[in-house]
Amino acid sequence: MAHILAIFKKEIRAYFVSPVAYGVLTIFALVAGYYFWIVVGVYQRAGFQSMMNPQIAQGLNPSDWVFRPLFSFLSVIVLFLMPAITARLFAEEKRQGTAELLFTYPIRDVELLLGKFFAATALALAMLGLTLAYPLLLGLFVPIEWGPTLTGYLGMALMMMAFLAVGTLISSLTEHQLIAFTVSFGAALLLWLIGWAADGAGPTGRAVLKHLSLLEHRESFAKGVLETKDIIFFLNFTFFFLFLTLRSLESKRWRG
Amino acid sequence: MIEVQNLTESYGPVTAIEDVSFTVGRGEIVGFLGPNGAGKTTTMRILTGYMPPTTGTAQVAGFDVLAQSLEARRRIGYLPESVPLYGEFRVRTYLDFVAEAKGVPSRDRRARVDEAMERCAVTDVAGKLVSTLSRGYRQRVGLAQALVNDPEVLILDEPTVGLDPQQIVEIRRLIKGLAGRRTIILSTHILPEVSMTCDRVIIISRGRIVAVDTPGNLTAQVQKSANVLLQVEGPPDRVMAEIRRLEGVQRVAPRGDAVDGRRTYLVESERGRDVRVALAAAMVKNGWGLYELRPADLSLEEIFLHLVTDEAAAHQPGRAAEA
Repeated sequence: MAHILAIFKKEIRAYFVSPVAYGVLTIFALVAGYYFWIVVGVYQRAGFQSMMNPQIAQGLNPSDWVFRPLFSFLSVIVLFLMPAITARLFAEEKRQGTAELLFTYPIRDVELLLGKFFAATALALAMLGLTLAYPLLLGLFVPIEWGPTLTGYLGMALMMMAFLAVGTLISSLTEHQLIAFTVSFGAALLLWLIGWAADGAGPTGRAVLKHLSLLEHRESFAKGVLETKDIIFFLNFTFFFLFLTLRSLESKRWRG
Repeated sequence: MIEVQNLTESYGPVTAIEDVSFTVGRGEIVGFLGPNGAGKTTTMRILTGYMPPTTGTAQVAGFDVLAQSLEARRRIGYLPESVPLYGEFRVRTYLDFVAEAKGVPSRDRRARVDEAMERCAVTDVAGKLVSTLSRGYRQRVGLAQALVNDPEVLILDEPTVGLDPQQIVEIRRLIKGLAGRRTIILSTHILPEVSMTCDRVIIISRGRIVAVDTPGNLTAQVQKSANVLLQVEGPPDRVMAEIRRLEGVQRVAPRGDAVDGRRTYLVESERGRDVRVALAAAMVKNGWGLYELRPADLSLEEIFLHLVTDEAAAHQPGRAAEA
């Protein structure tokens, strides 16, 4: 446990002494803020129209009009930003040669992995946390349905962790950050696009592909539906990739 | 303290080390000597648990480096040749992280870090970024990093490489100062380093151990006769003839070219027999100018070349090794 904390603190420090954390947080805050401003504008115009058309007014709530589109949009940004967070985790250690020291410290591979993964997760959650300002801000003017909003956040967090796990695995396989970033981004993109392919597939293929698509699972959270199967899917997904990373780290010890 | 048996490491078709066995006792400083690419780094990486051996076993402080890796690693302080440190950290913060990662309890951490910094004389740069340090300071921070958990065994890969002479002397003194309680293995391809710091030398060449002994014994073992270097101004033929006539002289050979009419000769005599007085008398008697007369001990350098070339001749070439 103490080792995990040591690694965690070191990684967090490394994020914040390099431009990575600031870059990621700034880009995310800017883009998310801009998009939030746009959707609130749309929501506001719909509000004006609803005065003349009561049918629109029925479905007019911030969850459907602001937060669901916001989360869908943020999912796309996250595709870019999660690989940026994870790319350096192991690749940088190998390139700098610091892996040679780190791997000879009396730390279990699993402690090393978790320390690094938790640090990446903490940065990602901090990033997502910035957007909590939006419902709070909007709540000053309209009543917010906190249930669906918070499940939407939970879905986002779980999906981000899944992407981070994929990125961590890929970072452990290369010593070039750029390769780690590109491949992780490609993998994340593929996991996202896979849901689109589902529409063209047969009934079985459709079910399988839809099940594999990370965004498909996140979407149900944004609707305010908290389903065990979606939670389990994300956790399984994350564990699976962390497990593969662990294997990849251990293989260094016997592969030489 | 360290026990290595029949260690072999191959990378595909390339054999880096082959059948390496040695033991190191508690408190010993052992020098690992060999040319670049002889397998020193590979052996050290196996000992530190960074890399598994292809076959063979290694134990550190009674723990197998493979099966009881964590226990073994807990007792080792390692400094790789490239001195990989986190440049973006300040020295104290970095050492604090290392202490924590190595499992030093939090109540002792500050004291341990202070002690390691004190020992390695880096206290004055405690607040500096590691990336801004000079090579000499980096090396010492690297040593402090190895020492911070007070390990029983220190493994130092080329600890003086890339330092200026002043820094080399400092690091050597530092390493000598660490000995006693700790067992130290250090690798080097610089021979004087070994005779200055180590109790014992392991000479490794092309992945094999070719000699294990004290620096003194190695000299005695290879040197079968006593040699004298002599610089004389005089006709070479007559000088050599005169020397050969002396009792106890086995061989005489000119060395190098004549400079200003002076020539240097290497005189080999029977072991334990000092021919210097007779040599001097003979030169003076003939009226030749005697410029220099000194014993020519084989330096470790020559012993090393001797051992390594013997070894190279005995094995087919091409069994190159990776460092």
